[in-house]
Amino acid sequence: MLLIHCPYCGEARAELEFRAAGDAHIDRPANIAAISDEEFAEYFFLRDNPKGLIYERWRHIHGCGRFFNAVRDTVSDKFVMTYKAGQPKPDLSPAPGAAPALPADSRPVETYEATEGRAE
Amino acid sequence: MRKYSVFAVAREAMRAHKGWEAQWTSPEPRAQYDVIIIGGGAHGLGAAYYLAKEHGITNVAVIEKGWLGGGNTGRNTTIIRSNYLYEESMDIYEHSLKLWEGLSQELNYNVMYSPRGVMMLSHNIHDQQVFKRHIHANRLYGIDNEWLTPEQAKEFCPPLDISASARYAINGAALQRRGGTARHDAVAWGYARAASDRGVHVIQNCEVKGIRRGPDGAVTGVETTKGFIGARKIGVSASGHNSMVLGMADVRLPLHSVPLQALVSEPLKPIFPCVVMSNTVHAYISQSDKGELVIGAGTDQYNSYSQTGGLQIITHTLDAICELFPIFRRVKMMRQWGGITDNTPDRSPIQGVTPVPNLFVNCGWGTGGFKATPGSAHLFAHLIARGEPHRLAAGLTLDRFRTGRLIDEAAAAAVAH
Repeated sequence: MLLIHCPYCGEARAELEFRAAGDAHIDRPANIAAISDEEFAEYFFLRDNPKGLIYERWRHIHGCGRFFNAVRDTVSDKFVMTYKAGQPKPDLSPAPGAAPALPADSRPVETYEATEGRAE
Repeated sequence: MRKYSVFAVAREAMRAHKGWEAQWTSPEPRAQYDVIIIGGGAHGLGAAYYLAKEHGITNVAVIEKGWLGGGNTGRNTTIIRSNYLYEESMDIYEHSLKLWEGLSQELNYNVMYSPRGVMMLSHNIHDQQVFKRHIHANRLYGIDNEWLTPEQAKEFCPPLDISASARYAINGAALQRRGGTARHDAVAWGYARAASDRGVHVIQNCEVKGIRRGPDGAVTGVETTKGFIGARKIGVSASGHNSMVLGMADVRLPLHSVPLQALVSEPLKPIFPCVVMSNTVHAYISQSDKGELVIGAGTDQYNSYSQTGGLQIITHTLDAICELFPIFRRVKMMRQWGGITDNTPDRSPIQGVTPVPNLFVNCGWGTGGFKATPGSAHLFAHLIARGEPHRLAAGLTLDRFRTGRLIDEAAAAAVAH
């Protein structure tokens, strides 16, 4: 089971709390009714399916409920980093180090515990 | 090729088994082939065999990165059935089932096809309606599939718990009597032996590193770890790695690769007479001829090439197995493994031409490719030889993701199948 760092909760939690939500950084065309069938297939169905680093979305469905993005190695399943939705795609073109780097913005914590005190 | 028979066994018994020959040859690759098939699983080896046998194309090489059948051919739970909902699916899986029935004789190789019946458990009214819809669709199409009451299901599979207080109580089951299992390794080996006998080169430990194309865009050969090998046509049948191989020719596919797990128990005396599947609680179980319970689990939720899979996935399946068959609660599990399956958005395979001339693809079999092996191989050979799909595979094109004519077995089964 994966251990996934939620950038909103600021801590690593078990995969059971999360739902994978497909590839990240895929923009829905603004003119969806006007584009050709080829362009729609490209947007809707075609994927890189990389063996190596993948940019993907996760949802902390049994936690804060929010979507966020992650970079993960599909061979080792190791996360390189997770980051909040809406942030630009990180440039990891030089080979990343083996140790997963935590995202720079993993603090401040936005959990119930942080704002309301420790849950008993 | 020396034919296998009872007389051959008797003859070899008399002379200390010194007369057996290698089942297939391992030649060095030629500089040029008519057809190269990338991927030495049973789909690819079978396609090479049918190219040689039915289309007279014998200048063929099958190129395999590892060893024959070491990918998903050797990693699945060997379930064979054809009770799918849509006509495109029924066409290809039923074609395959018919070929399974005569495959051992055709290949002179015992693939141990055992039509012991595949029973799919229904747990609720939704399951019941879906399965009955499948049954009616199948019977109208001439495919056997029947409805069983819980009592009939219990009679067909005595270890099943049908009590009303069971955690996963059942309200019936769909049974395809012609469904069953086969020996997965034997399918790859049998096709390799028969293909090799007809002149096909089976090249193992040779990884494809690139696909070379001419000025007109058509393929001219493959770069491999054994150097460049020329080919007029290339067929790709590399299961979980199809995206990587087709990516070498700049073809993008609607695939995502995820691990699918299976596990086997310690060997038991014969106790389980059929194959039982439960889509709703996600458990697949049968007993191999060695006596091991063969259990199929689900896929992980994320893309991965790790060939392992998460422990919670098999735990979930074993929970269900123990509830359905309380008799197995103390059985020890012996081995667990994962295979990388390539899944399409509609969970139906893609077999057809690609935008690149003379490059053909057989992919997207996802979690259910084993049952399709002979049919897929037979139709893939037709596609490569003629350059256009066989009538039975006409709907499986890559183009359906542009036209929208999906074959939505994903919705029909609502589960890995």
